[in-house]
Amino acid sequence: MTQFPKNSSASALFMVSPLLVVLLLFLVLPIAMIVVVSFWQATEFSIIPAFVLENYEFLFGSPVTYKVFINTFKYALITWGFTLVIGFTVAYFLAFHVRSLTWQIALFLMCTIPFWTSNIIRMISWIPFLGRNGIANSALMSWGVIDEPLEWLLFSDFAVILAFVHLYTLFMVVPIFNTMMRIDKSLIEAARDAGANGAQILWNVIIPLTKPGIMIGTIFVVTLVMGDFITVRFMSGSQSANVGRLISNDIALLQYPSAAATAVVLLITVLIMIGVLLRFVDIRKEL
Amino acid sequence: MEPRPRSFYILATFFGLFLLFLYGPTITIAILSFQGPSGGLTFPMNGVSLHWFRDLFEQQAVGDIWGSFGRSFVLGLMVMVTTVVVSVMGGLAFRKRFAGSTILFYLIITSLVIPSILISLGVGLVFSRAGLQVHWSTSGFGSQLTWTLPFGLLIMFAVFNRFDKSYEEAARDLGASSWQTLRHVVLPIIGPSLIGVALFGFTLSYDEFARTLLTSGSYNTLPLEIFGMTTNVTTPVLYALGTLTTVFSFLMIGFFLLLAWSSSRRKAKAGTDAGKGMV
Repeated sequence: MTQFPKNSSASALFMVSPLLVVLLLFLVLPIAMIVVVSFWQATEFSIIPAFVLENYEFLFGSPVTYKVFINTFKYALITWGFTLVIGFTVAYFLAFHVRSLTWQIALFLMCTIPFWTSNIIRMISWIPFLGRNGIANSALMSWGVIDEPLEWLLFSDFAVILAFVHLYTLFMVVPIFNTMMRIDKSLIEAARDAGANGAQILWNVIIPLTKPGIMIGTIFVVTLVMGDFITVRFMSGSQSANVGRLISNDIALLQYPSAAATAVVLLITVLIMIGVLLRFVDIRKEL
Repeated sequence: MEPRPRSFYILATFFGLFLLFLYGPTITIAILSFQGPSGGLTFPMNGVSLHWFRDLFEQQAVGDIWGSFGRSFVLGLMVMVTTVVVSVMGGLAFRKRFAGSTILFYLIITSLVIPSILISLGVGLVFSRAGLQVHWSTSGFGSQLTWTLPFGLLIMFAVFNRFDKSYEEAARDLGASSWQTLRHVVLPIIGPSLIGVALFGFTLSYDEFARTLLTSGSYNTLPLEIFGMTTNVTTPVLYALGTLTTVFSFLMIGFFLLLAWSSSRRKAKAGTDAGKGMV
C-alpha cells in the first residue's frame, strides 16, 4: 500500500500539533510580547502601550550595561574553559580507559544523576565549604597555609564560577562522551600502527572526531551561563551582576519595558552565538 | 588483557576527584542536617539529633513546605505525562520531512537555549495582558514544558535515528494497519527510552526554578519555597529540607532507572525466541 504524500503531511501536522500549540503559546507569543513591551513607556505606577525607543536609548546609553555584558561574557568564557577541560578529561577516561560497558554505564550515570536533582540545593550545599568558618578556611588554617580566614571564598566571583562549573560540567561530559563512544576504535589502532604516540593520537585523531560533542556541550554551557540570574545572585551575595540579574532587578521594580529591552538584547546576543556555533555542528546528525 | 597504562591511574584519580566535587557538598549538608539543636550552618557538629527534621513538620519554622511539595509533585507528574506523549508524537512526525519541519526544529532548539528568565517574563506579561491569573497549573505548567519538551524530543530523535525500519515494514507486510504497527511494534521497541523521557520530564519539572519564578502565582512550588527560605532562614533546617528533597529525587531517579533496567531485561528475555518456534 502506498501512502499519498499529501496524506502523510497532514498526519505529520496532526502529530506535531500539541508541540506546536505549546511552543506557540509559551515560547513564540511570550517572545513577541517581550519585543512589543520593550517599546512601551513606563511611569512609576504603570506601563503604557506606546512605540518609543527610550528603553533602548537608556540601555545603550548607560555604562552599566556594557560593564554587565562584559561581566556576563567573562563568566561564560571562564566557565566554558573549565567545564571543557574537566568534561573532556572525564569523558575521555570513561570512553577509552574504562573497559567494560557495564562500568561505563554505571560511572556515566554517576556523572549525570546530579543533573536530575535541584540546582538551588546544590548551590546551598557550598555554604559549609566556603563560609568564613567553613571547611575550606578551617582546613587551610590548620595546614598553616593562611593565618586569617579568606573572605573571598563565598560571595565572590570565585564562588560564582565554582558553582557554574559544579552545576554545568555534566553538560559537557554527556555530549562529548556520546561522540567519543561512536569513534571507530580501529582508527585509533591504525594511528598507533602508523607510529603515533598517545599525545599525537589524542590531538590528531580523538579531538577532531570529538568536535561535534564539544560544540553541543559548548552551546549548553554558554547559553546556561549567559541566561543565568540566580547563581550569580546567590553565590555572589548580590555583589556581582550579569545580564540576567539586570533583567530580574527591573522585574522586581516592575520596570517591565526596561526589563523587556534588556531581554531582547540578551536574546539576540545568545541567538547570534548559537547561530555561529551551529555552523560547526549538525545537531540532528549527532543525536 | 594488556596491563593498564600509567595514564589510566592518573585519569582514574582525576575522575574520582570529579565525583567528590560533584557529590561532596551534597553529602556535607546531609551530614550537617543532623546537627544538634544548638548547631550552626557549618562544622563542628554540636551533637547529633533529628531536631531540624522535626522542625520541618512545624508550620511556623518553615512555612508551607508540604503544600509546595504537593504542588511540585503534582506538577511534575503533569509535566511528565505531557512530555512523554508530546515527545513521542513529535518524534514520530519528525521521521519524515514535512512542511515547516526545519523551522519547528529550530524552534525546539530555541526553546532549549533561550534564557529562562525570558520565558518567565514573557509568559507573565502575556497572562497579565490577557487578564488571566498566573497559576502553577496553567502558566507554570506551560513554561516548564518549554524546558522539558526539548529534552524529550532530542531523546526521541536519537531513538528514532537508531530505529530499524525493517520491523515496521515486516509488520506492514504481514497486514498490520498503521495503528497496529505503532501499538504492537514501534511502541514496545521504544518503550524503555520512554522511561528516560519520563525521568527527564518529572525531575526537570520538580527542580525547575527560573521559568516558574514569575509564572506560578501566589502558590509556590518547592524550589521557589526553598529559594525564599535562603534569604531568611539561617539554621540547619535548610539543610534538612535540602537533604530530604535530594533523597526524594534520588528515590525517583532510582525508581526510573530500575524500571528502565527491568524492562530492557524483560525485552532481552522475550526477544530470544527467534528460530526456536515453527521448526
